[in-house]
Amino acid sequence: MFDVASWHPALQALLRVLLFVLPLLLVVPGLIWWERRLLSWMQDRIGPNRVATITLKSGRKIKLFGLLQPIADGIKLFFKEDITPSAIDRLIYFVAPAVALFPAFALGGTLPWSGNTLLTPIADVNVGILYVMAISSLGVYGIVLAGYASNNKYSLMGGLRATAQLISYELAMGMSLAAIVLASGSLKMTQMVTTQQGDLLGVVPFLNNWFIFTPFGFVAAVVFAICVIAETNRAPFDLPEAENELIAGYHTEYSSMKFAVFFMGEYAAMLVFAGVFSTVFLGGYDMFIDPLEGIAGTTLGGLATFMFKTVASFTCFIWLRASLPRLRYDQLMSLGWRTLLPVAVSNFIVVALWILITNKYGVWQGWIAYLGSFGLLFAVYLAVRGLSKNRVDNALAPRSISLVDGTRSVNVADPQAEGVGS
Amino acid sequence: MPVQVTPDLMIFGLLAGLAAMTAVGVVAFRNAVRSALCLVLNFFTLAFLYFTLRAELLGMTQIIVYTGAIMVLFLFVIMLLNLGSLQVLDERPDLIKKGLGFLFGGALFGLIATQVVQPFLQTSQQFAPEGFGSPQAVGRTLFTSYVWPFEIASILLLIGIVGSILLAKRRI
Repeated sequence: MFDVASWHPALQALLRVLLFVLPLLLVVPGLIWWERRLLSWMQDRIGPNRVATITLKSGRKIKLFGLLQPIADGIKLFFKEDITPSAIDRLIYFVAPAVALFPAFALGGTLPWSGNTLLTPIADVNVGILYVMAISSLGVYGIVLAGYASNNKYSLMGGLRATAQLISYELAMGMSLAAIVLASGSLKMTQMVTTQQGDLLGVVPFLNNWFIFTPFGFVAAVVFAICVIAETNRAPFDLPEAENELIAGYHTEYSSMKFAVFFMGEYAAMLVFAGVFSTVFLGGYDMFIDPLEGIAGTTLGGLATFMFKTVASFTCFIWLRASLPRLRYDQLMSLGWRTLLPVAVSNFIVVALWILITNKYGVWQGWIAYLGSFGLLFAVYLAVRGLSKNRVDNALAPRSISLVDGTRSVNVADPQAEGVGS
Repeated sequence: MPVQVTPDLMIFGLLAGLAAMTAVGVVAFRNAVRSALCLVLNFFTLAFLYFTLRAELLGMTQIIVYTGAIMVLFLFVIMLLNLGSLQVLDERPDLIKKGLGFLFGGALFGLIATQVVQPFLQTSQQFAPEGFGSPQAVGRTLFTSYVWPFEIASILLLIGIVGSILLAKRRI
């Protein structure tokens, strides 16, 4: 009955798309609930736990832990008054939420959630990881258009911030992924998973070589994770909607369902990016230990493995939101350009060197070259830091302003430290 | 020869029509942001045209470089400048300018046509062969046959970056 292989290719593709997009739509409310509950627990609160508690006649209560809270919120948002400001660019204003939602759902087009090649990924093209980069770079349009069309200076500033932020972090993200592409020798996502099924570091036979457990992969994973948070505009990088500076940033003028669409797009993008992270660095649908390979080999087992990793990555992103305060704008730029990009590029060079030496001379020589170049780069970093200590520290130091008479600068963060000028 | 309407042709027509329409929109809209958005849509549909020709790498590069980076910067600049009233952009009708514009446009069209039409008519194959334009093939060509132009281009870009920093920021 479900002999998918004999269907028309277009129908097969449609099935693959539906199998990806519909569950993603359905799981977004659950994610919102999960984030709110988790944040509550981390902040010593209870969080939304009341919705969908049913009290029976007998007095017994059926509790669903507030799981239906996002559904209730959705209904509320749907019936709220939809306020449209009068001085807006109407066409762009209405199109912007849809534009914001599109990349979030298109992002997973090359993401394999199981080993079953009939059902996933939607398209196993030979540029899989480039596709993720391309679609994620489109994510900025929804925000920029919303910021522009709202005709509100705070919205516009949110949009401008998002543009600069995304362009800056895209580079480091690309470079961190490039190292992984070198190591796996392919841009295909499925090929990346297959590469990670090899022996750990080439020496431990019963464990699998997930990239996060290799030295270069770990560096790339950290850089990639930071860039993902910046790309999805999540705390601590949520400057486009920083509420203490910009009201609500790019979606200030959006209400009712249009706001909900932005909200949904953000969470869907988060989940899919977590999926990309778990595919590229955590082995995708692969089990870490060889004897359990059989579970991951089946369609549902692969899906369960993949979902577990994805939700774990997603939870880590929430965890960061609960732990870290929002960065200042110049700190954000400094982190992206002066730390993440050099780290990612040097990681890329080190991996290239390692592969070159391994192919030319042998495995052990490769590892020696690898560790040697790593040590060399670290020494160069320390030397540069020592030489330009003041400059590097200035980048993250509290800003100071010079007074009009030009006599003295005042430390903004701590005015008492130097004394306010005359 | 009657043209057979195949699904391929329909998809091509849709994409090509959209690309042409958005290209007209770029010059027809008076609002700078709308023009830029039309250009974004144009680049995006062009990428899909590349996909239909099985040139996935080219299409992806198109989206990453043009749609995702260059056009975002365009929009950024347009919004930062925040152009005022649209009347500023109005021009008095000037027949000499229009005539010269048509003349040069026609000349450019003819120049491109002489190079493009002949190979087009000789094409008998609908798709590129399997593996043509794959990342491996492109990379191999770039780093063997065209390694010097490739490296020189990269140095040129680097000089551009360093130069712009030098011009914009005298005290580093």
